[in-house]
Amino acid sequence: MDKLSVITSFLHAIVVYNVPLLYGTVGEIVVEKSGSLNLGVEGIMAVGAIFGYMMGCFANSLGVGIGVAFLAGVLCGLLFAFLTVSLQANQNITGLTLTTFGLGVYFFVGTSLKAVKWPVMGDYSNIMKGFAELPIPGLSKLPVIGSGLFSHNIMVYLGVAIAVVLWWYLNKTAPGLRLRAIGENPGAADSVGINVNRMKYLHICLGCGIMGIGGYYMALNMGGSFNSNCWINGYGWIAVALVIFANWSPALAILGTFVFGFFNTLKVSGSTLAAAFPGGLGWLADIPSQVFDALPFIITAVVLVVSSVQKKKNSGQPAFLGLNYFREER
Amino acid sequence: MSERYAIEMRGITKAFGSVVANSNVELNVKQGEILALLGENGSGKTTLMNMLSGIYKPDSGSILVDGREAVINSPEDAKKLGIGMVHQHFKLVDVFSAADNIWMGKERAGLVLKKDRYAQIREISRKFGFEIDPKKKVYNMSVSEKQTLEIIKVLYYGAKTIILDEPTAVLTVQEIQKLFAVLRKMKEEGHSIIIITHKLNEVMEISDRVAILRKGAYITTVETAQTNEQALTEWMVGRPIDLNIDRPVMETTRPLLEVRDLTIRSDEGSVAIDGVNFYIRGGEILGVAGIAGCGQKELCEAIAGLRPIEKGQMIHKGDNIVGLSPKKILEKGISMSFIPEDRLGMGLAPSLSITDNMILKNYADTKGPFVNRKLGRADAEQVIRELEVVTPSTETPVRRLSGGNVQKVLLGREIKAGPNVIVTAYPVRGLDINSSFTIYNILNQQKQAGVGILFVGEDMDVMMALCDKIMVLCHGKVMGVVHAHKTTKEELGLMMTGALDLSNKYEDKPAGIAKDSRFGEAEQGEEA
Repeated sequence: MDKLSVITSFLHAIVVYNVPLLYGTVGEIVVEKSGSLNLGVEGIMAVGAIFGYMMGCFANSLGVGIGVAFLAGVLCGLLFAFLTVSLQANQNITGLTLTTFGLGVYFFVGTSLKAVKWPVMGDYSNIMKGFAELPIPGLSKLPVIGSGLFSHNIMVYLGVAIAVVLWWYLNKTAPGLRLRAIGENPGAADSVGINVNRMKYLHICLGCGIMGIGGYYMALNMGGSFNSNCWINGYGWIAVALVIFANWSPALAILGTFVFGFFNTLKVSGSTLAAAFPGGLGWLADIPSQVFDALPFIITAVVLVVSSVQKKKNSGQPAFLGLNYFREER
Repeated sequence: MSERYAIEMRGITKAFGSVVANSNVELNVKQGEILALLGENGSGKTTLMNMLSGIYKPDSGSILVDGREAVINSPEDAKKLGIGMVHQHFKLVDVFSAADNIWMGKERAGLVLKKDRYAQIREISRKFGFEIDPKKKVYNMSVSEKQTLEIIKVLYYGAKTIILDEPTAVLTVQEIQKLFAVLRKMKEEGHSIIIITHKLNEVMEISDRVAILRKGAYITTVETAQTNEQALTEWMVGRPIDLNIDRPVMETTRPLLEVRDLTIRSDEGSVAIDGVNFYIRGGEILGVAGIAGCGQKELCEAIAGLRPIEKGQMIHKGDNIVGLSPKKILEKGISMSFIPEDRLGMGLAPSLSITDNMILKNYADTKGPFVNRKLGRADAEQVIRELEVVTPSTETPVRRLSGGNVQKVLLGREIKAGPNVIVTAYPVRGLDINSSFTIYNILNQQKQAGVGILFVGEDMDVMMALCDKIMVLCHGKVMGVVHAHKTTKEELGLMMTGALDLSNKYEDKPAGIAKDSRFGEAEQGEEA
């Protein structure tokens, strides 16, 4: 393989295999901006994945898959919102429970389906067609980076578009301003007549729906092969950490996704890179693969340490994050 | 009765569990008047107003707005009815600009935030007679600016009735006068104003009528012009009370605690206390006055050994205390009690019982791995008896007590240790007249026993009556030390804002350095 195409495929892999993280991160940012800390990302992505995949295949339509994954996420969000907003349950515990619950649903549905007849992705022409690459005219013709960065399936474009739109929504619109007010000081928001509970329900559901789509994308990336490993494979947890890395900005989440994606991809493509550039990157081959496996999580830990030590005045972290709001509290 | 009422509340009852906060309360406000709502802590003033602003719903009773029955289920409903409330703890988003804090509650604000909202807010504020910087972030604002923003906010939403919950508690004398001017102007424009306070002089100055609550029950409403402070107190407390604070004159000792050139940094790294000199003698109360956040907290923490100092010296009876552990400082007889804004944050563990909180202070005195609960309970009983703490038992968690009783427990525990220097910050914060006087008496008793007291306070009238001398801080610098019986509120106010600096008033005697200082005594001792 020639050296430049190794770089191209390396870049390509970063994008394709890590944009699901972007869905999880951006979804969680929307939820957290409303003041709710949802640790159930992993479970919600799993639920979105299994239902999205199943229904998408049955309908032989990528659009149906995306829609069902979104709805499955919304339902999880509704459960989370009902427990934490209406019933004032502890957010951490509810989120963790949702992860366990979501993974349980995933394996229950998946195993049951496998016992009857597992839908094989390749059999569904419309899904394969829909998931095929769509090169961006012009940009994709650029040397080296063109087909690495600008020739992808529609889920990649959708993920980036959602991130950009949500950045605009949070920072440049009046509803976005109200949402941020709730995350910072729900008492203040309430006192000026903002319907705190309705806004929280809406945005928890929206964010969880986005996570669900991310889960579906993971399923497609895995080729729809169901085995003992969950498709989500810890990405939900990395998304929770990426929110902090991105300083609660959907735009920065795009950058964060690629930084994490770079290390993630080293795990898979490290040896190829080492073979293509024995002079400069040969040392990559000497590193045990376990180090690469651990790398995303090590980076996560480092990011958490660094962002905790830094005392930023313009931190994007909502001041009321993780706390329930009850108007009559004294 | 042809009188037009803006707001009428009839037979309002509200209970939280078994605690009845309001029982059959009547209240009415005329159009274009200022009504003062007066009552002790826990008399249900804020609860009543929260029902008007939609935070709580009454269990029974009715509310009439402009003569029509109104149902207020949420702040949104209150806003639509033209009722706005400026809460005691401001309801502002710290990281937002002034304009965005107003904009977030605007009806029909459209989808996109436009840049011209800043200009719009500035213009509207001007129309109301305020000058604000719409782009200034709330966390950069002074307390007074925040309050102004809150007032503009409720006016912007079209409030005709404006409720202010203890608006003067955190302001300087000058700022209070400014606020009162604003209130009078709003009144002239036809707004109805309800102001909650327990400062009688302010009631007399600003209000047209006074409504009085006691222990959740409605007592009466009177014309301000036809009453006086003594009568109001009796209604409020339920029995006659002497409103004078004693200031026993004592023979003072040589300085107990001396501080030289002290500089301390705050948590954020800025200079909180800047080159401060002062001393406390036994048998005197030194007041520390200043706008909130002028280094009072850092000063108290440094004396107690809880915060490292940047430079300077602190000696206690001639011995250095800089760098000693809080425990060592305690053993020297320096006690510190700090009542923060939330009133439970420092000094006591809210979920533990009174007994356990007593044990927290002296558990190290008993030998062996077990605590002596019997001793702790005896201590608790003694404090409860001597300071008249109202509590079901010694085993009641501290957070279940009312604010005044919590503060008595804290102060009582500190005094039990038999200190010779007491540093106390805001000991009567949020307390009503009755409880406050109990605390003043405790402090005076300690003073008469020869203890030196550093009293960090916020109420100028109280400080002028209770303290012997008052040290004024402004942004961490000492603006001077004045004799409490010779100064005026205006002078103190000017010093607090930094407009008046008396620190170099006497050329021959630098402020805050005692003539009979114990500094340098150690070296002399060695010579002898």
